[in-house]
Amino acid sequence: MKIEFEDERPIFVQIAEQIEDGILSGAFPEESQIPSTTEISVNYRINPATALKGINLLVDSGSVYKKRGVGMFVSEGAVEVIREKRKEEFFDRYILRLAEEARKLSLTKKDVEDMIERGFSK
Amino acid sequence: MNGIEVKGVSKNFGTLAALKEVNVLFEENRIYGLLGRNGAGKSTLLNVITGRIFAEQGTVTIDGEVSAENDRALKNIYMMSEKNYFPEGMKVRDAFKWTKEFYPAFDRAYADSLSAKFELNTNKKIKSLSTGYASIFKLITALATNAKYILLDEPILGLDANHRDLFYRTLIEKYSENPCTIVISTHLIEEAAGVLDHVVILKNGEVIRNESKDDLLAGSYMVSGVAAAVDAYYAGRNVLGSDSLGGLKTAYVEGEPDAAGMPDGLVASRMDLQKLFIQLTNA
Repeated sequence: MKIEFEDERPIFVQIAEQIEDGILSGAFPEESQIPSTTEISVNYRINPATALKGINLLVDSGSVYKKRGVGMFVSEGAVEVIREKRKEEFFDRYILRLAEEARKLSLTKKDVEDMIERGFSK
Repeated sequence: MNGIEVKGVSKNFGTLAALKEVNVLFEENRIYGLLGRNGAGKSTLLNVITGRIFAEQGTVTIDGEVSAENDRALKNIYMMSEKNYFPEGMKVRDAFKWTKEFYPAFDRAYADSLSAKFELNTNKKIKSLSTGYASIFKLITALATNAKYILLDEPILGLDANHRDLFYRTLIEKYSENPCTIVISTHLIEEAAGVLDHVVILKNGEVIRNESKDDLLAGSYMVSGVAAAVDAYYAGRNVLGSDSLGGLKTAYVEGEPDAAGMPDGLVASRMDLQKLFIQLTNA
């Protein structure tokens, strides 16, 4: 069986991930303000409700918080929270798919290990 | 009940049933997509709502008040349509001035700032505007009325890619700062999909879908793979249509894909709004 919805995740999930990427890269440092729902929805040409749904995912995971009347801010320790979450997802998102594709192409575990070795030395 | 409520509306043109017992509610502060193929009844429905034509059967209420020949109720609605209702010799800025007479909340400063953004010359006569600028003029007028319900029939007709992009930005900004109900009827589904909350699909005068965009998209998927395997998979399922490419086949299916029941070699993926629309409205 295969359900390849990974690459077509709902827009609000993609919005949340892009902000997470911004937090990881330092574009949105901890305790700094992230763009508002309006700014995000205008920027991506999406419904404000969709943008809000994306931000709420980050609130639920604890990486951003609301300052009443001011806006949304990156939580202290958010980088660590996001990194841990991404590590957990890494296996499902990359390793499982890698193994699946390797089997399809009759690549052995050793073949794949060699490629990983090559990839890391690049 | 607040919102625009269309109940059991039927409209015939001669022997053609343009609307058949249409029921739909446009709620407050949402962005709707009113979608349908040419001749599906979109403009007819909008014209009935705004009292430009009358239905043989059924009622339209605006915030609980019957709209037919009711100026107080109709004042809450502004409709932008393909037709231009201003005298053709009138200049754009005079049309703005007159609109304020009928819609006291019309924001002239906002209309002027949008005109500058879209580079619409407000000294020009309406009849001298190109197709694209005629659309822009009507759009700016509609957005500046600050009406509670703004109906946009083919708002981006003739607009170039940059102006369409500017339109979506402007629409979202306006909606975020000043929430209102916006109904967009368009054929450019792929582009408009992002801004919609809710989708109403008309086919041959009937409402065939009326739900939130997310629910609508979650309720269908496509399955691709070797033709025989796809055929075996979709036996007994609600299939909207299919495409073949040699021995490969893609079926468009309604429902939720069940991961466990998906045979090896088949791939399920999501449909976007335009793909789903095409499958639902194919003859």
